[in-house]
Amino acid sequence: MTGHAADSDILLQLDGVSMQYGRGETAITALAGVDLSVSRGELVAVMGASGSGKSTLLTVAGGLTPPTSGEVVVEGHWLSQLSARELATLRRRSLGFVFQDFNLIPSLTALENVSLPLELDGWTSKKAHRPALDALTIVELGDRAGHFPSDLSGGQQQRVAIARAVVGGRSLILADEPTGALDSTTGELVLRMLRSRVDAGAGAGGILVTHDARHAAWADRIVFLRDGRIVDESRASAVSSLLAGLQA
Amino acid sequence: MSVRQSLLAILNQGPCYGYQLRAEFDRRTGSTWPLNVGQIYNTLDRLERDGLVQKADIDADGQNYVEITDAGRAEVAEWLGSPVVRTMATRDELAIKLAIAVTLPGVDIAQVIQVQRTATMRTLQELTRTKNATADPESSEQLAWLLVIDSLIFAAEAEVRWLDHSESRLTRARAAGLADPLPLNTDVPKRGRPAKTVQANA
Repeated sequence: MTGHAADSDILLQLDGVSMQYGRGETAITALAGVDLSVSRGELVAVMGASGSGKSTLLTVAGGLTPPTSGEVVVEGHWLSQLSARELATLRRRSLGFVFQDFNLIPSLTALENVSLPLELDGWTSKKAHRPALDALTIVELGDRAGHFPSDLSGGQQQRVAIARAVVGGRSLILADEPTGALDSTTGELVLRMLRSRVDAGAGAGGILVTHDARHAAWADRIVFLRDGRIVDESRASAVSSLLAGLQA
Repeated sequence: MSVRQSLLAILNQGPCYGYQLRAEFDRRTGSTWPLNVGQIYNTLDRLERDGLVQKADIDADGQNYVEITDAGRAEVAEWLGSPVVRTMATRDELAIKLAIAVTLPGVDIAQVIQVQRTATMRTLQELTRTKNATADPESSEQLAWLLVIDSLIFAAEAEVRWLDHSESRLTRARAAGLADPLPLNTDVPKRGRPAKTVQANA
C-alpha cells in the first residue's frame, strides 16, 4: 500500500470529502467538502438532524463507498490508491464497525462472532479465540463467551459488537447510533466501554454518530453537520467555568 | 433553591452549629451550590424567628448549637412530602432570546441556535467527564453527588433537544413560507394605560 501520512498520531483524515447521489437537477449532496481528522486516543462524535450526512460520513470514512471527490486517509493509507483487495484487507485489519442493531450472527456464539473478522483474515479459529476472548474480557463479557446472541440482553449484544470491532488490535472504531436500540442506562454503559477502549492507550480512536446529546457528550470532540457541511465543533476544555464550584 | 428546608432537614437529625451545617449541606450536594456561612446564619435567624428552630447548648469550644422544634419537624415532613413546583413566571432567558430573534429581520436563527447548541454540548461534555471521573457510588456522598450531576446532565440534554426541535420547527415554517420577520408596528399603542372603553371594544 502506498501513501503514508507524516503524522502517525492521525488515524483517519477526511480531506475535502464530498458525496453526491444522482446527477443533474435531481442530484442530492450528502457531504459537501468535509474536513475531519481523528487522532489516536480520540473519540469524535458527529451530530446533526436526519439527512444531515452523518451516516454517509461514516460509510465514506469506512471505505464502504468512495467519495465523489476528496480524499480519505486511514492510518496513512490513501483509500483512493488502494485496489479493491487492499481496501478489503485494510477494512478487516484497521476498522471496526458498530451498528445500531448489533449485526451479530445468531448461529454463532459471542466468542465465534468476535473471532470471525480474524478468521476472515486467515487466522485459524483456534488462534483467533485467544484475542477474541481478550476482547470479550475488556467489555466484561469473558464469562459469556459461549452464549449465543439470543441468550444475551441488548446491552450485552452491543458489547459483543464492540469487542468484535476492536479485536486483533483494530484501531479505528466507526459506530453508527450504537445506543439507539438500548435503554438509557444500558446505553451509557456501552458508551463507557467505548470510551475506556479509546482511553486504554492502545492507539485506538473512533467516530460516534449519534443524535443523542447525552451520549455524544462522551466524546472528546463533537462536530455538527448540517446539509453535508460541518457547521461547528465543540471541544471539551480541561477546566470549565461551570464546574468551577463543583468538586468530584 | 430551598436552602431553608435543606438546613432544617439536616437539623432534624440532631443539633448543629453554623459551620457544621455548611459542611453537612456541602457533602450532601457535592458542593454544587456552595453556601457561605453568612447565608447559613441569616437562614438560621429566620428559622428561629418563625419558631422552627431554637438555640441549644454552647459546647466547650464555644460553638452555638441550634436544634429543631416540633413545628420545624412538621415543616420537614411537609417539604419531603410535597412536589417542587416550578413557577412558569421564571423568565427563561434563552426562550425569550429565541422568541425575539425569530421576529427580527436579518438574523440567522440557525446560527443563533447553533451557537447555543455548541455551548450547551460543551457543558454536557464537561459534566460527563466529571461524572466519568467519579467512581461507582461507594458512599452515600458519592451517590448524592452523582444524582446532582445527573440532574444537570439531563437539564442540558433537554435544552439541546429543545434547540433541535426549535430548529426543525423553524425549517418547516420557512419551507411553508411562514416565519417572516415582524416589522415594527406603526400602529403604536398610546402612552399610558389603554382606555377601558377601547379594551372593551377590542
